[in-house]
Amino acid sequence: MNINLSIDVVETDNQTVLTVKGEIDAYTAPLLKEKLLPATAKETEKIIVDLNDVTYMDSTGLGVFISALKSAKEHGSTLTLVNLQERVHRLFKITSLDSIIEIDTTIRGGE
Amino acid sequence: MEHFDFIEMKLPAKPEYVGVIRLSVSGIANRMGFTYEDIEDLKVAISEAMTNATTHAYEENEGGEVTVGFGLYRDRLEVMVADHGGSFNLSEVKQQTGPYRQSEPIENLREGGFGLFLIDALMDKVEIKSDYGVIVLMTKNLPTNEVGIDDDQISTSQ
Repeated sequence: MNINLSIDVVETDNQTVLTVKGEIDAYTAPLLKEKLLPATAKETEKIIVDLNDVTYMDSTGLGVFISALKSAKEHGSTLTLVNLQERVHRLFKITSLDSIIEIDTTIRGGE
Repeated sequence: MEHFDFIEMKLPAKPEYVGVIRLSVSGIANRMGFTYEDIEDLKVAISEAMTNATTHAYEENEGGEVTVGFGLYRDRLEVMVADHGGSFNLSEVKQQTGPYRQSEPIENLREGGFGLFLIDALMDKVEIKSDYGVIVLMTKNLPTNEVGIDDDQISTSQ
């Protein structure tokens, strides 16, 4: 169990992919914000956040994604969350944030 | 009087200890026989309460500590999270919580409005007292359809 957070950022033409691993809470959320917000401040950027290896998240994580969504909209960029674990996805459903934040629920092959 | 075991922890009111309290509640709830789903709910609820307490302490510019008490009953777990900060406007906080409503413009969404809402959604019973500092008392019930040690079959309610 890793209660810390690591984030890989890969930038290509007009697209930024963040791969997030670990737990998102009050301690680690500022790191996520620091890595995610600059990408959303680019014009017409496509931002994809891969949450496959995020094993825990609470409202501090929801807060970061709300900020990121606001910033993306201001800059004509898009934000998509992919590969959410069921527990993490559940928080977006309970709070109804899944109605405004784009979440790709495509089931991955072989899993 | 109803018997229970009690565990108390005092932690610095700092965000780096939210993960520590999460591991603790996970261990306690696991020992009591909670399901995986219930343990995950408990982890989120207790983290939210601890986060509120640390944010509160930070805003008041105090070092401070947070006291977390676990009451382990036969049929439920009670968790108390208390900070010892200054006063706190409960009705104001309650007004600011709730799920996202479709009519609400995204620009008005607050980053921090979901903590208390999640505690309420994930626990069976929640009480908040704000007379002196803030105390969140929350209860999660153990599933009642447990199979007793002498039972030789599982009964399911359809």
